[in-house]
Amino acid sequence: MSPALDEMPLAKGSRSLRSDLIGIAALLALAALGFLLFPDNLALLTRIIAIALLVLSVDLVTGICGVATLGQAALFGAGAYAAGIGAAHYGITDPLLMVLAGIAGGAIAGLICGIVILRAHGLPQLVLSIALIHLFHELANKTTSWTGGSDGLSGISPGPLLDMFTFDLWGRTAYVFAVVLLIAVFILLRILVRSPFGMLCRGIREDPVRVRAMGASPHATLVKMYVISGAVAGVGGALSAITTQVVGLDSLSFTLSAEALVMLVLGGAGSLYGALAGTVIFMLFEDFVSAANPFHWLTMVGALLVAVVLFAPKGLYGTAEDLLLRWKGKAP
Amino acid sequence: MNTIFSIGVDALAYGMVLFVISIGLSVTMGLMRVVNLAHGAFAMIGGYIASYAAQSLGLGYAAAVLLAVAGTIIIAIPIERVLYRRIYGQPELTQVLMTIGVTFMIIGIANYVFGPTLKTIPLPDELRGSVNLGFRSIATHRVFAIVCGLIVAAALWYAIEKTAFGIKLRAAVDNAAMAAALGVRTEVVYAVSFAVAVGLAALGGVVGAELLPVEPYYALRYMVTFLVVVSVGGAGSIPGALVACLLLGAIDTAGRYLMPEFGEFFFYLAVIAIVWVFPRGLAGGRGA
Amino acid sequence: MTPVFEVRALRKSFGGLPVSDNISLSLAAGDRVALIGPNGAGKTTFVDIAAGNLKPDSGEVLLGGEQVTRLSPAERVRRGLVRSFQVTRLFHDMTPAEHVAMAILQREGRAGRMLGNYLDMPEVMREAMEAFAMLGIDDLAHRKVREIAYGQQRLLELAIALVLKPRVLLLDEPGAGVPQSDTARLKAALAALPADLAVLMIEHDMDLVFHFAKRVVVLAAGAIIFDGAPAAATTDARVREAYLGSYADAGRVA
Repeated sequence: MSPALDEMPLAKGSRSLRSDLIGIAALLALAALGFLLFPDNLALLTRIIAIALLVLSVDLVTGICGVATLGQAALFGAGAYAAGIGAAHYGITDPLLMVLAGIAGGAIAGLICGIVILRAHGLPQLVLSIALIHLFHELANKTTSWTGGSDGLSGISPGPLLDMFTFDLWGRTAYVFAVVLLIAVFILLRILVRSPFGMLCRGIREDPVRVRAMGASPHATLVKMYVISGAVAGVGGALSAITTQVVGLDSLSFTLSAEALVMLVLGGAGSLYGALAGTVIFMLFEDFVSAANPFHWLTMVGALLVAVVLFAPKGLYGTAEDLLLRWKGKAP
Repeated sequence: MNTIFSIGVDALAYGMVLFVISIGLSVTMGLMRVVNLAHGAFAMIGGYIASYAAQSLGLGYAAAVLLAVAGTIIIAIPIERVLYRRIYGQPELTQVLMTIGVTFMIIGIANYVFGPTLKTIPLPDELRGSVNLGFRSIATHRVFAIVCGLIVAAALWYAIEKTAFGIKLRAAVDNAAMAAALGVRTEVVYAVSFAVAVGLAALGGVVGAELLPVEPYYALRYMVTFLVVVSVGGAGSIPGALVACLLLGAIDTAGRYLMPEFGEFFFYLAVIAIVWVFPRGLAGGRGA
Repeated sequence: MTPVFEVRALRKSFGGLPVSDNISLSLAAGDRVALIGPNGAGKTTFVDIAAGNLKPDSGEVLLGGEQVTRLSPAERVRRGLVRSFQVTRLFHDMTPAEHVAMAILQREGRAGRMLGNYLDMPEVMREAMEAFAMLGIDDLAHRKVREIAYGQQRLLELAIALVLKPRVLLLDEPGAGVPQSDTARLKAALAALPADLAVLMIEHDMDLVFHFAKRVVVLAAGAIIFDGAPAAATTDARVREAYLGSYADAGRVA
């Protein structure tokens, strides 16, 4: 083998590993910055992280696998309610166990939703995703003894983390917990995306016929990805239940699903970093504007969506990446 | 027996209202291949204009309907030119995102202009009361809805199958490039079809206001329903849309009568079941 | 001896048009068969049905004597029936190395691995580079597919099919789009195919056909009109009529 061939693969592999390490270091730095700059607003930052996990889960199925879904909040809500019900009804108050409950709830919901949604393609697939989120919503709405119905599930009091750190009123424990969870999930997802499985998913997105001609079954792979995506969303849901100590029907709403998609598109789908960027920008903006009544907010989300589609279809992160490549002299 | 009759009539009326609203979506999806999630929003606009015309301007029902249809078309034309034209031929996700954006904006603006409360469209005396069939009586406005639906179906069928415009429309649906090469001005066909689709949606929004109440979240609440009609009935198919609408109307009405507590849950479950059995629509055959 | 690949009485119609008309064909291990015929004869449809991309109206497909008619394309690949495409189907943002690595991993049942990266698997990379070297595209291994020439993309298609280590290989116009400069490479690759592999190749390039095929099958209007030695195909009256139509006798009229 020629020397050039020996070098290139290693260089590429270690280059992307290096860029991942830089990325994670940057995230940690940003998280620390948030802690220092907004000590009174840690609840907001924690919520941003919970939603970021939802948006990451959307990036997995939509950005990487190409399955358009408007029902992802079902997985988030499943995780939130699983953790919440575990705490409020069964006394499972250890935060780590609650996260595990969230993962289980989200993964199971992911399996169900994945099997249903992958039954069809195109518009019928979209319809299935919308019908599913409404179905989950109604289920939570009516099973009041479990979920508290439209009043929400309360009475969730998480115990101290690792038996040492109680969840204090300023939300410091909650925030650090959230950051650790996010970084852990993010590292795992970066590994997943770079793995043969991730490569297969990207192939399925572009040309499922070619994937079949290689002997791989797109359907089975996509269902697996849906389960993983459910687990990720479930972590976010559990985090939300733990840190806000309440679970409401809004965690199972179509609007949340749609907003998650907006955040993903805003930041740029397919890179995982875009999902984070989009979430942060969107939610900070929402907090800034939250004084206005909800309908004005809806109009602005709509306008934002239209603007992104028209002017920045790759999202902010994607467009930034393109610009950077162009600046470096390589065509995108 | 009485219950079955009531369910049947309500289902028929509801199905016909759905048909009038959704057939436009079916045609634009089949023609321009645009996944238009904002279609319900246009029906809602129609309802709002009619309500405003009747309540605040004191116009009669017929005038309110005309104003609603005309007004909605006038609002829709610039939206089509500025926004929809940019997404013809784009990937589905792009279209979904754009049309959701449009929907959200319309909901927000509707709330800002009209407020969050339910709007009613007062029925004229001719449509109040009921029609006595001898063994049963039916609310007149339901009969009106059913008749409207049938007229729309017949008129559309005639327009598409028998007129020159219909031929151009079918040509453009089958093969837009070829139709253009033959001199069919596809842009005009698209614009006119979009206008008709939106006009029908507005008509349905007005006529169906008793069954589908007009409030800002209307566009989201019934989004699934309209989309299911098109995906099950098959884009561009009038008979398909009719069957799908009647089916959904029956399911929804039956659910509301027989299981009012769990009606919505049952409806969505039924929707999933229908799409599961017909993942490519009624005409597409079963299975993947 | 059971043929390694067989189709029996395949029929497929689109509307009223029979695109596959009672096709029966078998291949033994080591066969080198060229499937030729005028345009529209139904050659690609035949491969689509054989590979599982299309369901026949009736008839059977057998691999090594076993029924595969109801199996999906992916399942047929796993049993050793591999096809290439007439128009390349590749992932534009991935590199040839990624394509072939995916195929190799799939062959070994490891394509769904969630850890690691193919770049860190030396055996996979080695096998991939060998496949590329044989086809002369090793210097393109790490370029994105959108950046390599169409002819080289066709060679990549062949590489993917080969690393799947098939028992039966269906090639749909492997030479289409390959420039003259690379045809020698293609011929060498075809000559170097494993001796026990059964190959059926659709081709229009007669040079390639005569270089490669030990047996020629001619398809016209969905039906097989000739199955025999390449030399005999050129003189067969029915074949000439299929290609030239009734103008075969035109010499007399003009």
